Amino acid sequence: MSTAVDATHHDAHHDHKPSGIGRWLFTTNHKDIGTLYLWFSLIMFFVGGAMAMVIRAELFQPGLQLVEPHFFNQMTTVHGLVMIFGAVMPAFVGLANWMIPMMIGAPDMALPRMNNWSFWILPFAFCILLGSLFSAGGGPAFGWTAYAPLSTQYGGDSTAYFVFSVHIMGISSIMGAINVIVTVLNMRAPGMTLMKMPMFVWTWLITAFLLIAVMPVLAGAVTMLLTDTYFGTSFFDAAGGGDPVMYQHIFWFFGHPEVYIMILPSFGIVSAIIPAFARKKLFGYSSMVYATAAIALLSFLVWAHHMFTTGMPVFAELFFMYCTMIIAVPTGVKIFNWVATMWRGSLTFETPMLFALAFVILFTIGGFSGLMLAITPADFQYHDTYFVVAHFHYVLVTGAVFSIMAAAYYWLPKWSGYMYDTTLSKVHFWLSVISVNILFFPMHFAGLAGMPRRIPDYATQFADVNQITSIGGFAFGLSQLVFLWVVIKCAQKKGEKADSKPWEGAEGFEWSVPSPAPYHTFEKPPKVE
Amino acid sequence: MKMKPLWTLLVMLSLPASAESQLNLTKGVTEVSNRVYDLHMTIFYICCVIGVVVFGLMFISMIRHRKSKNPKPANFHENVKVEIAWTIIPLLILVGMAIPATTTLIAMEDTSDADVTIQVTGSQWKWHYKYFENDVEFFSRLATQQEQINNKFDKSENYLLEVDRPLVIPTGQKVRFLVTSDDVIHSWWVPDFAIKKDANPGFINETWTKVDEPGVYRGQCAELCGKDHGFMPVVVIAKEPAEYEKWITEIEAEQEAARQREQELLSMEMSKDELMDLGEKVYNSTCAACHQPNGQGVNGVFPALAGSGVAVDPDGTSKHIDIVVNGVSGTAMQAFGEQLSMQELAAVITYERNAWGNDTGDLIQAADINEVMNQ
Repeated sequence: MSTAVDATHHDAHHDHKPSGIGRWLFTTNHKDIGTLYLWFSLIMFFVGGAMAMVIRAELFQPGLQLVEPHFFNQMTTVHGLVMIFGAVMPAFVGLANWMIPMMIGAPDMALPRMNNWSFWILPFAFCILLGSLFSAGGGPAFGWTAYAPLSTQYGGDSTAYFVFSVHIMGISSIMGAINVIVTVLNMRAPGMTLMKMPMFVWTWLITAFLLIAVMPVLAGAVTMLLTDTYFGTSFFDAAGGGDPVMYQHIFWFFGHPEVYIMILPSFGIVSAIIPAFARKKLFGYSSMVYATAAIALLSFLVWAHHMFTTGMPVFAELFFMYCTMIIAVPTGVKIFNWVATMWRGSLTFETPMLFALAFVILFTIGGFSGLMLAITPADFQYHDTYFVVAHFHYVLVTGAVFSIMAAAYYWLPKWSGYMYDTTLSKVHFWLSVISVNILFFPMHFAGLAGMPRRIPDYATQFADVNQITSIGGFAFGLSQLVFLWVVIKCAQKKGEKADSKPWEGAEGFEWSVPSPAPYHTFEKPPKVE
Repeated sequence: MKMKPLWTLLVMLSLPASAESQLNLTKGVTEVSNRVYDLHMTIFYICCVIGVVVFGLMFISMIRHRKSKNPKPANFHENVKVEIAWTIIPLLILVGMAIPATTTLIAMEDTSDADVTIQVTGSQWKWHYKYFENDVEFFSRLATQQEQINNKFDKSENYLLEVDRPLVIPTGQKVRFLVTSDDVIHSWWVPDFAIKKDANPGFINETWTKVDEPGVYRGQCAELCGKDHGFMPVVVIAKEPAEYEKWITEIEAEQEAARQREQELLSMEMSKDELMDLGEKVYNSTCAACHQPNGQGVNGVFPALAGSGVAVDPDGTSKHIDIVVNGVSGTAMQAFGEQLSMQELAAVITYERNAWGNDTGDLIQAADINEVMNQ
């Protein structure tokens, strides 16, 4: 791996940057754009979180207390869209912007103006989506999956708002992905072969290819929703010769790779953090790369496991069941690799490591429920229940979101130049890891006992489980304010100044530059050993 | 703040003792549902074993290989033998898991040689059942009162899981369900039968069950189908074949008599009070979910009836009847001609034209409805 240290070529007098609002509006600097993405995703995390609080408050007791069912459906729908497209994906793009050029020894992203554009269209997308909540008839209420004909014939004008905002999010993601691919393939420091790249760069490169492959598919699917709604086509309307299930096939052909888009960069982050705090090389670098590629390829062959109950031929159900089960193998390889990396290392438990370890354990639990869901006959029982809700929140919250938290705590000293309040960050970790399990673990039980998802009210036998879940939810939501506090304190430059390499075992070019990273880094490429 | 999670954890740990049945998948009452339960438990135990091994190793490492105990890290990495082992062993476990899953799945999808066939049709937000061997069909709607949902009354034992007319099937016989929908996608789910099948508009899905024990089995719609998705339960009563025969003969005769009575009623005039009384009942059970009890609708989604539109148009009577009977395609307005009797249709339209200050004074009779239906 690349460990060259060359801290001398950065000149402080190069470090001039524009000031005022113009700096942020017109910036083409990868670090500024990374910062914009990260703040945007943090804001969206709280917006989507507020909606989750509404959902959990309504579900605190049986009966309808706070919101009408139609508004409840808007909350579940927009919560999902905001968290996926507003919180998790922009956070990863922000991390890519900040870290990929520094990790490969490049001065910036390859396409800086496009980089600016890909960020600045995002706020407009979310203005449209969130604004629709205040329009007559309300926002989209058909689930983030927008199944036809609920979305086409019964969505009202919220369908149009939904479609246009998804289009803009998709354009943003595609541009971000193009930028990552062009940067990684063309701008690596001399001597950094593909198989010497840090795992985070590898996982993002593969993620970017997934994005380019599937975001246009989503754009096509939602465009068909739009024409079915407004222009009299019948892609998904049986009365006109279409098929509503076809929408699901197209949607999930996007949707399943999308799941991996939201987890592969996490694998990269965790593969950077565990070796750093175990003070030991990643156990199997090349097998990790191959496993990532295998997961990405298999992700195109499993989409219909979201649709086992739609009435498919048996052979199709068997095909998708087998393919889905096989994904457990490369995913297992990853987890075994992390454990083997820890084994006989010299471990310390700073906050990034705590989040990374929680990620490995809790993501694995999400993987177990995923394996259970793959078994088609059992899926008939689990499908569309809270068991599924538990499953995807384990992989997305304790998976993707925890890895983003780990990344933030790992690189925050590099970004800000100051060490954050480590005690407070550990308080954040422990509050989060306890409350998140109180929040999502009981959902498994609710689902197995027969509680469907996306319902505003439920039979009384689910009351206890929902109450516990809601308490966990409120606690988890409040705990994230601690994170905000830590980040704001750090951004205000309170606390100790950070060294260029604040973590003893950390490796990579990003630690060879001072903290905070100067506005321009690696104008001359570093040497790779 | 810190005490709260601790307290809830304690509550959670005490749950299994008090309410075991609430925490796991039901075994159900059919051979298939038992096989599904066994699959579920097998894969669950496999996951538990893997979890204990992996997490166990992690915790051992976290305890024994921390810097204070192991200041010098080892330097090993890349070991082809280990890597092959941790690829092949999971693969073998998966193959072992796939075999029973495959045989169960093939058995589940065999809908041949059914004794009874029932068409199940979902629509917003109720189920319709039609028996193929007998001239019997009916709607099955949520029976829980609105007041219970709005926390004005105490919740009944089967809150949200009770219907006005449950589906009745015979025990010990293979019952085939043809599942479809009139509007959006619904999903017909009875956990005790391990059946969950999507109801797709314009397409028919097949599934089947063979129930061993008589009893009442409850489920719900499982696919988001709009506003009242949470309020369309499924209730199935399984009866011994002899009792089932008795029930189906009775219901067949009853439905035949009802059809004859309706024809007779065509020539009868109802008074305004009678129409308004019946109309209010029908409106509250059938229309109020969307158009709201006060007729104000929901802005942008469900049009208002009070003081606007066809309900107050003096020349709109026949159009009003047409909309209620035939629905409005491409919108959430369903065709109620099939769902309500002509008398009920006449009453509810009269109610809509005279309630909430609409005061058109129009009286609609069953014969008027019949005229529109026969056009």
